[in-house]
Amino acid sequence: MCNGAPLLTARRCRRCNEGERVTITSPQAKGETEAVSYVVVRFAGDSGDGMQVTGDRFTSVSALFGNDLSTFPDYPAEIRAPAGTVNGVSSFQIHISDHDITTPGDAPNVLIAMNPAALKADVHLLIPGGLVIVNSDNFEARDLEKAEYEANPLTDGSLRNYRVVEIPMTTLTQRVTEPLGVKARDAERSKNFFALGLISWLYTRPTEPTIAWIEKRFKDLVKDSNLAAFRAGYNFGETTELFDHPYEVRPAKLPAGEYTNVSGNTALAWGIVAAGQLSKLPVLLGSYPITPASDVLHELSKHKHFGVRTVQAEDEIAAAGMALGAAFAGHLGYTTTSGPGVALKSETMSLAVSLELPLVLVDIQRGGPSTGLPTKTEAADLNLAMYGRHSEAPLPIVAAYRPSHCFDAVIEASRIALKYRTPVILLSDGYLANGSEPWNLPDVATLPDISTSFATEPNHTAPDGTPEFWPYLRDPETLARPWAIPGTPLLMHRIGGIEKEDGTGNIDYTPANHEKMVRLRQAKIDGIARDIPLAEVVGDADAHVCVLGWGSTWGAISSAVELVRESGKKVAWIHLTHLNPFPANLGDLLRGFSRVIVPELNGGQLCRIVRANYLIDARSVSKIQGRPFMSAELVNEIEKEFS
Amino acid sequence: MSETAVRVTTKKDWMSDQEVRWCPGCGDYGVLQAVQQLMPELGVVPERTVFVSGIGCSSRFPYYMNTYGMHSIHGRAPAIATGVAVARPDLDVWVVTGDGDALSIGGNHLIHALRRNVNLKILLFNNRIYGLTKGQYSPTSEVGKVTKSTPFGSVDHPFNPLSLVIGSEATFVARTHDLDRKHMMGVLRAAYEHRGASFVEIFQNCNVFNDGAFEDIIGKQVRGEMMIDLKHGEPIRFGADGHKGVVMGGDGQLRIVEVADVSPDDLLVHDAHRADPALAFALARITHDEHQATPFGVFRDVKRDDYGHLVAAQLVQASERKGPGDLAALLRSNGTWTIG
Repeated sequence: MCNGAPLLTARRCRRCNEGERVTITSPQAKGETEAVSYVVVRFAGDSGDGMQVTGDRFTSVSALFGNDLSTFPDYPAEIRAPAGTVNGVSSFQIHISDHDITTPGDAPNVLIAMNPAALKADVHLLIPGGLVIVNSDNFEARDLEKAEYEANPLTDGSLRNYRVVEIPMTTLTQRVTEPLGVKARDAERSKNFFALGLISWLYTRPTEPTIAWIEKRFKDLVKDSNLAAFRAGYNFGETTELFDHPYEVRPAKLPAGEYTNVSGNTALAWGIVAAGQLSKLPVLLGSYPITPASDVLHELSKHKHFGVRTVQAEDEIAAAGMALGAAFAGHLGYTTTSGPGVALKSETMSLAVSLELPLVLVDIQRGGPSTGLPTKTEAADLNLAMYGRHSEAPLPIVAAYRPSHCFDAVIEASRIALKYRTPVILLSDGYLANGSEPWNLPDVATLPDISTSFATEPNHTAPDGTPEFWPYLRDPETLARPWAIPGTPLLMHRIGGIEKEDGTGNIDYTPANHEKMVRLRQAKIDGIARDIPLAEVVGDADAHVCVLGWGSTWGAISSAVELVRESGKKVAWIHLTHLNPFPANLGDLLRGFSRVIVPELNGGQLCRIVRANYLIDARSVSKIQGRPFMSAELVNEIEKEFS
Repeated sequence: MSETAVRVTTKKDWMSDQEVRWCPGCGDYGVLQAVQQLMPELGVVPERTVFVSGIGCSSRFPYYMNTYGMHSIHGRAPAIATGVAVARPDLDVWVVTGDGDALSIGGNHLIHALRRNVNLKILLFNNRIYGLTKGQYSPTSEVGKVTKSTPFGSVDHPFNPLSLVIGSEATFVARTHDLDRKHMMGVLRAAYEHRGASFVEIFQNCNVFNDGAFEDIIGKQVRGEMMIDLKHGEPIRFGADGHKGVVMGGDGQLRIVEVADVSPDDLLVHDAHRADPALAFALARITHDEHQATPFGVFRDVKRDDYGHLVAAQLVQASERKGPGDLAALLRSNGTWTIG
């Protein structure tokens, strides 16, 4: 097991998933670097301290440097909670490595704490022996009081298991910016760039991209102040002897290709743009601002030159209604929201089920119920997506599993919506939405063709020989109805929420017709199972234990399954991207294992569904804390199945 | 305009094959007749026309029009129709709604469609009752109204639909009623010719649950003295030989007077095109209850860019500035690096 002196390096111990401690016995000459395979850094400060910007910059420069990476922004719901309090702490965790990684890391190796509250909130997350860099200027009695520290943690011995480096970042920033004419109070706002400079030195990050970004982003005195602070932080690392030497995380040996760093919400917005291009249809997004989905609206609103219309509606219901109206008129309609918004759109989704029009609802899940934890992740809307409509109103569900997959997932959701003339729900979550990772960019020429065709001619002949258009005359294979858009001569028709006769679409309340229509709508969705990939077993197909996952647990499961298999045990893993219908072979696959565990960031929703559907004794592994799983937690859960 | 857009149609071209199922004697029949008769006169064609409705008796309307149509959800027609109109500014989109649908459950969508000036022709059939659910009071029912849900009389203060929509930045506001097809067709024609959101309140009789709701105003015996016919640019006069008129008092209030009692110059001249909505608002408020003289016709008709065109114009501007969208370039817009 791990022991030894604290160190900043991050050779992970595979067993306990903590940093392997290696004592440096001989100080190395300045200027030398030590290669480490990965590091997890966590920036933490007050909401107004610019930690998200600092994290973003560190991410960007690491991406350009060629590391694999995964990020986890973690911030409060309040825009500015009372300054200096634990409730107001905003953090950004980033895992950078020289190899393929799937999570933002269980435990940081380094914590940059800009005040006592940040220290208090996050220090317990660190690996034992990890490095804590604090802004010592913010540890006055008043600061400690706001963070509800009874004694100064820097002096009371409570941090003895960590390596603590105290740096008066505010003072140093003020000193370096004062000659520029920056007032002491304004210099405060540049201290995050001091921290960024320091960490950039410690992990041998190139400085040019950050300098170029500051020069582009800021003007005048603010630009000069930030540049001076950044350089001062960098130089501080180089010239002081607080740190033995810098570390280097070399570029990752990822598959060849052109990469960009992308967050889930950006990938999703780009996927919507792509789906418009791939379907050759104009896009209309109806959306109402809601955390954590608003960034999709923001991003899409920039891309009008792709023929993308975005409407910020008066409410969630209108947003869905506008998307549905646009679909009736021949557009590819989207509405993006989070759980509370899905609830409000429920009636419109039921109408879309009845109208049999294509529509994609994107649910970026967050902690609930009600306002719940708006900025924290959860994946507890599976039941809502599956069952959250009145009466029998089945619709397909697709789930994204990593930030870059949001791109493919929304194209797939759009493909199903268009081909089967049905509303589709795409599930993402706050963790995927805000987290980012390098993405090996696809060749756009290889993206799927998801185009469909509108009806252009009558499809039926009346007894008297007159050509007619029947809006519910189905394709015998897909059971999809024709999509005839306004402007098409001779195909005028009326659709509505009232039960209709199959074929003609005329109002029909008769008992047998209603049952027929309910079963037809279900059969259409069930039939999609023939048109989606079969579930695949990752790892050991002959294992007794299988992990069944969906959504953003992918990263933690991937890492946990790898660790358990490396210890010599056989484990199988199935990760679902299609949740309704399930892949056709899922039941058979699951019945082949004696133990099935289902890790979910909810109370066990998928687990109950597979137990009911397939009569298997699956075990739920549930976490409902607004945070993703750690790999170590899942390693423990998997190992329980072997005892 | 495409060639089909100038095709001559007849009333029959606008009638669907569905049996009309309103109660015998319902005022809705009159509106349907007027609309089906008007359409050929407008020089439009069924395939470029869309009717969207919510829920309620009036919302069955789209089924009876041989156009594209959607019978949607209670209150949501203005939102769904906004989606149609924003996606397709080339279409004529009509919304058919009622007092419960538009002013109660769908109030939010109505006011926002109006403030955005979406190119929608919104026809509100006001019968001051919930008909489809068989007789509950509505947001336009008068105080004291006894219905199934108000056995001791309603204590809810009603909306004045026109003052609500004028307050919602509506650019076209008019009123007509179900007993005068010619008047209705004139108002609907003006609504159609207005580019942007047009709102028309139609006094419509529910002969089953609220019979005679407007009889004291539009009844054949009384209408001569009770209906104020608004004509743009003309002094507002009504009654036999125009013996009554409307003046604005020194306190800014509109009053009904005997024309003989005032100087002809004192009579208020109706100006539907006035940018400021105060006059239209005052006219909408001149009637305090269902027994007072009530204005009909076009209250307000002002120009403002319609929403669908504004949205489309931004797409054109973006394309001119950035060129057509290039997906490969978009994916690289945040910077890239190459491995291998």
